[in-house]
Order: sequence, then structure tokens, then C-alpha cells
Amino acid sequence: MTEVNLVQAVNLALARAMEEDDHVLVLGEDVGIDGGVFRATDGLLRRFGAERVLDTPLAEGAIAGLSVGLGAQGFRPVAEIQFTGFIYPIIDQLASHAARLRNRTRGRLTCPMVVRSPCGGGIRAVEHHSESPEAMFAHIPGLRVVIPSSPRRAYGLLLAAIRDPDPVVFLEPTRLYRAARGDVVDDGAADILGRCFVLREGGDVTLIAWGAMVVEALAAATALEAEGVGAEVIDVATLKPLDTETIVASIGKTGRCVIAHEAPLTGGFGGEIAGRIAEQALFSLLAPIERIAGYDTVIPLPRLEQLYFPDASRIADAARRAMAYR
Amino acid sequence: MSDVVARFEVEFSRCLDRDGNAVGPLPAFAANPENLIALYRGLTRTRVFDAKAIALQRTGRLGTYASSIGQEAVSVGTASAMRSEDVFVPSFREHGGQLLRGVTPLELFLYWGGDERGSLFAGPKEDFPISVPVASHAPHAAGVALAFKLRHEPRVAVCIFGDGATSKGDVAEALNMAGVWRLPVVFVVSNNQWAISLPRAQQTAAETLAQKAIAYGFRGEQVDGNDVIAVRAVVGAAIERARQGGGPTLIEALTYRLGDHTTADDASRYREDAAVTPYWQEEPLLRLRRYLSETGQWSKTDEERLQREMTAEIAAAADAYLKTPPQPPEAIFAYTYAALPAELARQRDGLLAVSRVAAPEAS
Repeated sequence: MTEVNLVQAVNLALARAMEEDDHVLVLGEDVGIDGGVFRATDGLLRRFGAERVLDTPLAEGAIAGLSVGLGAQGFRPVAEIQFTGFIYPIIDQLASHAARLRNRTRGRLTCPMVVRSPCGGGIRAVEHHSESPEAMFAHIPGLRVVIPSSPRRAYGLLLAAIRDPDPVVFLEPTRLYRAARGDVVDDGAADILGRCFVLREGGDVTLIAWGAMVVEALAAATALEAEGVGAEVIDVATLKPLDTETIVASIGKTGRCVIAHEAPLTGGFGGEIAGRIAEQALFSLLAPIERIAGYDTVIPLPRLEQLYFPDASRIADAARRAMAYR
Repeated sequence: MSDVVARFEVEFSRCLDRDGNAVGPLPAFAANPENLIALYRGLTRTRVFDAKAIALQRTGRLGTYASSIGQEAVSVGTASAMRSEDVFVPSFREHGGQLLRGVTPLELFLYWGGDERGSLFAGPKEDFPISVPVASHAPHAAGVALAFKLRHEPRVAVCIFGDGATSKGDVAEALNMAGVWRLPVVFVVSNNQWAISLPRAQQTAAETLAQKAIAYGFRGEQVDGNDVIAVRAVVGAAIERARQGGGPTLIEALTYRLGDHTTADDASRYREDAAVTPYWQEEPLLRLRRYLSETGQWSKTDEERLQREMTAEIAAAADAYLKTPPQPPEAIFAYTYAALPAELARQRDGLLAVSRVAAPEAS
């Protein structure tokens, strides 16, 4: 067991996957000699060579498109898009091809690719480096959308994503890359995709989050505990396919719910979760569902960004509002 | 002071003139009459398929269909230069190449009739299904070629797209990657002069589409796309160059779209019928037939026999298509993922419950 940060956990998972399967390739901008702008692919070129770790020309759409061709040929490409602010050009390749190749060909051709990208804000980055586009990907049939919240989950979920026979969008919370540290056992054990993780049990209110917001939800739960409120914290981890069962079971227990995400409120994935709860757990609810999200604005530049992102205090306040219903 | 730092040339190749006369020595494969007759059969089969598809569409028995009339030689000539282990990555008007590669007329009818099983090719199992979003398949061909290169396999990816596609970023990005990595891929532009209503002159200010390759560091050339012998020769040379490690080629095949863009289009809204008329003298079947007839390799009887044979084959395929029952409702869900997630199983069960109510006899 080693204590690592989240980006090191990603690196461990990539190396492990490449070690155990020759078909796994890493490609993207600056992933080779530079080891990735966040060092997620550091050392892989030296270890696995230039035929397994490919520095591509600067063209996000073609990185995804190449991966479709490689995937159809039996490789397992793991493509890095440098920031989610630059990920929009690949939506066409994912929606029009990667996510539907299996369906279009009745299973004759498939696309076992992973697109990794740092996502979210909070690192005082320049414009276009703080986006949270997970809901756009979750809307695309045939994709899986995964967001880890800790080094351990990054390791286990990324291994699972690479081994998955279908395309996976794997979004890594940038602000946790170095801030989140934890023990990881590099034993090749993958987590299961499509399952939520209950990180903390509580009987009064369920806090639902993913990525960096999980850290804020856990902090909110600690604050609420001091007030005698038992908060259950669910790390969604896989947005698509969504583990509705775990969420509904928790609401059955607590009757109150706060959903937190960095992405803008409207059309955010919190709406989907709220919808599932309304469909399957309405009569368990003791209070309206609270959604704490980014605003429906462009993410402000760093001088104002802290006002934009949901944090533990906004999540705790929402939980307190929910608790006011008796 | 200033110096010229780059110059370029673009070659144009042709074997037969529009009247079907050889303009010079023909490529070696043309010495064997069987090879030329195989090409002529491929062209004829495509055209007979095309006519049947349009007839089915006009009578409400096929979906919207993109005819390839007039530009069959680009597709057939290209596919004829490929080996079976190469991979074809076509756009949506390449029925000729698909048929020659072993996609069956039944599969094509199923696809255009709205059935995904039309892309479950029994023949060329690694070939891509057609790409409907223009140009978006060019990077796939580069990816397939990269796979060949990484596995050190002597195989080539062959991608066809239209003149309109050359304006899109996907083509630019794919050409660039192919050039940087010297990938074993051949890109063929089937330049039929029209992107729906937009004529070639309004598509780009570039003098040729072939020269776009030169900016990406590899060979670009033109070929008479209505001359199937020339297409096969030029594409074949490019494929063999790629197979030997010589990198990619972009070939602009000059042809003409004699029909509407698709059965949903009415070309008379944007081009005069009179402008099309001369191109009927350029078209590829007529040209090869003239050559074969002039050189005593083809007779009226041969033609009649071939037409009968193709008409019967295509009619039988159309009949089999019309008799193919649709997939069961659960087929909508079955291939979204390798294994059906719980949420999709729930949605599938919802559909099955509804469809049982709607069609009680089906359950």
C-alpha cells in the first residue's frame, strides 16, 4: 500500500493496464515525453515505448476519431484530452461513432476506448480550463461516464473503464489531482462501473455528489454531525449507467436529499437524479429535493470563481433547509 | 530578398478517353480480359442495384437512398485495387465498392430500408459501415491504418469521401495525422462536383482537391474518376506504396453526380438538366463498354446476358429484403452496450409491455 495523490493513482492504473494488456495504448497531446500536462502519463513512454504511448498532433477531434479506428481494430486506446474546455470537438466522434458503432453494426465492430480528461474548476486556471461537461456525455446513449473522487477510486474505476468493452468518458477532478491523497494498493483490482459508493452512513439527509464535490459533501456531513444531523454521503462515481437503486434506498432511509455538482444547474445531471428520486422514491421524501450547483453562467475567471463553485457550507445550508421540514 | 521555398505539381491520369479509346499503353492488369470484364460486371451490378433501390424507394418500400449513378467507377475501381484483408472506410455513396468487397445486395437493401442488420456484413467483417456525417469517418481510417502499422501488418485502410468533405476539419485532421505518422492509408475523394446544391467551385478556392495532401506532406494526385481502369491503376499504386511503408496518398477522382443528391433531393432546384446532359457521354459504364466492344472483348449478347444475370440477382435480393421480418422490439436495446445496464433493461421492459398491448399476436 502506498499513499499517492489522485494523478499518481491515474498513472498507476494506466501503467497496470498497459502492463497486463498489450492492446492498451495511451495517446493524446503531450502525453509522451512530457508525461501529460498534469503528469498523469509520466514515465509511460520510457517504460512502454513510442508504439504504446503516442504523442499526437494537436487535434482533439482526430484523437477521438483515431481511437474509434483503433478500437474497432481491437486496441484499447486511452485518449487524453488536455482539459475539458477543449473536449467539445470530440462530442461528434463520441456521439456519432464511438458510442454507436456496436449498435450500428449489430455487435460486429465495437469501440473499447476511454477518453480521460481533467475536469472542473477551483485551481485558478485560465479561461476554458474549468468546465464540467459530464451531463453532455451522460446524455449520449452507448457511453459510460465516470468521475472518481479519490485516489483509490481513480485507480479502481480507471482500470474498470479500460477493461470495459464499450467507450467510457473518464473525467478526473483537476482540483483533487494533488489535493486528494490516500492509500492505493496497486494490485490490479478494479472497481465495478455503474455502482454508487456510500462513503458515510447517516439517517437524516442524503448528500449526493461526484468528483470534487464529494470532498465538499463529506465536509458538510462533518459540520452537520456537530449539529446532531446524520448525513449519508453518496459518491455517484458512475453517472451513466446510474445506480438508481443505491440512491433510492438511501432516500428511503433519510427522506431528505441534497444533490451537489459544479456544472450549471439547468440540464445538469442533478436534474436526472432528482427525476429518478421523484419517480421511485417520492413518498419517502419529507422535504423538497435540494440541488446545489454551479450557476447558469459562464464560469467566472479566477478572481470570482470561488463564488461560483458549490462548497461545503452551501451543501450544509441546503441540508439544514431540508431538515426544517419535519 | 526572397526565395521560392516550395513548389508543387499535381498529376492527372487517364487510360481511356471519353470515347473509350486508350490514350496510351494500358496498365498490366488490363492485358487480361477477365480483369476488365470483372470491373465491368462490378459497375453494372452497382447500377442495376441503384436502379432497383430507387424504384423501391419511389414505391415506398425503401427509405431515403443516395444514388451513385455516374460515379460507380470511383468506388468499384478503388475496391478492385484492395486486398480482402485491407479495410474499407466508405462514405454513404459507395455501394459499388461495398458490393465488390462482398457486402451483399440484401445487406445494402436492409440498411437503406432501415434495418441495422444491413451493417452486420457477413463478408468484409472489418470494413466500416458507411458514414453518414460527412468527413467524420476519415479519422477512423487513420486509426485503422495506425493499428496496422503498430501491429506491423502489411494491410492498408482505404477511405472514400466526397468533395464537400474536404472542407471539413475531420479530413484535415486525418490527413495531417496520416502524414505525420506515414500511415498505410489511401484517401480517395470522389469529386462528383456537387455537395447537394453547392458546386465544387464554391467549395474551395483551391485549384485541385488533390493538392491538399501536399500541405500535409504527402502525394496528392488526380485521376479520371469515370475511367475505371485509371482509377484501379492509380489507387492500386497508392495502396501498394502504402503497403510497402511509403505512407499515405490522397487521390482526387473526377466524376459527376448524374442523379439527385438523394431520393429526398430535387436537383432541378439548383442545376439545369441541360448542364447534366453532356456528362452522360462521360459516364463510366459507357466508356468501358465502348473500349471492350471496340477491342472485341464484349458483344451485344454478352451485354444482354449480363443485364439479365444482374437484374435477376438484384431482384432476388430485393425480394429477400422485402420478405425479411423486422427485428424484434428488444433489438433496439440489445447492442447499446455489451451487457444491458439495469436502467436500459427497465426501459426495454417498458417497451415490451407497450408493444405487447399494441400487437398481442406477436407475444
